[in-house]
Amino acid sequence: MAEKSFLLEVVTPRRLVLSEKVDEITAPGELGEFGVLPGHIPFFATLGIGEVMYRQGESKRYIAVSWGFAEVLGNKVTILAEIAELDTEIDVERAKRKKELAEEKLKTMSADDKDYLKVKASLNKAMTRMIVAGRRM
Amino acid sequence: MPSLKDIRKRIASVKSTQQITKAMKMVAAAKLRRAQEGITQARPYADKMREVIGSLSVRVEQNHHPLLVRREVKKREILMTTSDRGLCGGYNQNVIREVTRLLKETEEGVEVQLNIIGRKGLDYFKRRDYPIRKEYRNILGDIDYKVAAEVGKDIVAAYESEEFDELVMVYNHFRSAISQVVTVQKLLPIEPIPVPEDAVITEYIYEPSEKAILNQLLPRYVEVQIFRAMLEALASEYGARMTAMESATNNASEMIDRLTLDMNRARQAAITKELMEIVGGAEALK
Repeated sequence: MAEKSFLLEVVTPRRLVLSEKVDEITAPGELGEFGVLPGHIPFFATLGIGEVMYRQGESKRYIAVSWGFAEVLGNKVTILAEIAELDTEIDVERAKRKKELAEEKLKTMSADDKDYLKVKASLNKAMTRMIVAGRRM
Repeated sequence: MPSLKDIRKRIASVKSTQQITKAMKMVAAAKLRRAQEGITQARPYADKMREVIGSLSVRVEQNHHPLLVRREVKKREILMTTSDRGLCGGYNQNVIREVTRLLKETEEGVEVQLNIIGRKGLDYFKRRDYPIRKEYRNILGDIDYKVAAEVGKDIVAAYESEEFDELVMVYNHFRSAISQVVTVQKLLPIEPIPVPEDAVITEYIYEPSEKAILNQLLPRYVEVQIFRAMLEALASEYGARMTAMESATNNASEMIDRLTLDMNRARQAAITKELMEIVGGAEALK
């Protein structure tokens, strides 16, 4: 494979978040994190909550994503996510509030509560946002 | 003939109405632009999803997922989108008329229930005692994907528990600011998405399995379709309102012109009358 870079597109139902040439990405697959370099074979995976890293030359940027799919095909990676926020867009205050709220709720819940997973996910999302925002340059 | 004062009052009132319609038109135009952007931005996601489902369903045997299974239609569900506010011309009437037609043409033995988004449609069908399963008000103003997802989840859950066998969406499809077309779209069961014959089928590695992915994708596909329909409906509403308010503003202008003419005529008549009186009075004094 001669190509050194490939196209990364991140789409949500609301908008096209990103469409750029990148050299490498890592993404939070549901069954574990995976990385893609140029020349990857066709690959399709569901995504969990976590951060997508993309590298352009020496600089690494991050996107917080939550639930979605990634398709690797030829010279293009498409990520369809329910939520995707660039590190520069994240509202840290909001994430903090959400995190505290979720932690409060979790204290009074047991693992059998029907909302337990929901709150857990919300905590997870808030933490991911904070981590991604922390990577801001 | 109305007095000068009456005409002046009328003109003032028409003028203030015109100001309102003009303002509404401008607001609708601004919102329309935003809504249109929303549609364009949402398109890539919906298109990609279609494509993926299309390529996946080639691999996975049909009918393995409840959303794909065709059942004999005994209960039909209609999801209609109207606006929450009026003053948008024939926008709501067109949807209501289409739904009424569908209701009338329902085959015998088929029950129909309504899901209504928007206050206007709700008011109409509630007054006429149609069975309404779900109603949503004031969710169109600032559509969030989450809202559409909730509507979608409710519908998917109801469909899976066989509360109904078919779902049809009725909404205004946005063609342009001056043209909206009422569209009837069958949403459930999901029609197999045709794959173009010359499509190159690439072998992917799937993680987890093809089936698991398809199972996750299908309910989301329903959500995305509803989301898209809502966006279309919203843009159509603003388009319809803009057109309606534009013509209302023009009509007001015309009315003001006519009334001004009347007013001038009345004033002229009054002046003439006064002059005659003065002249008459002076004559009498001689």
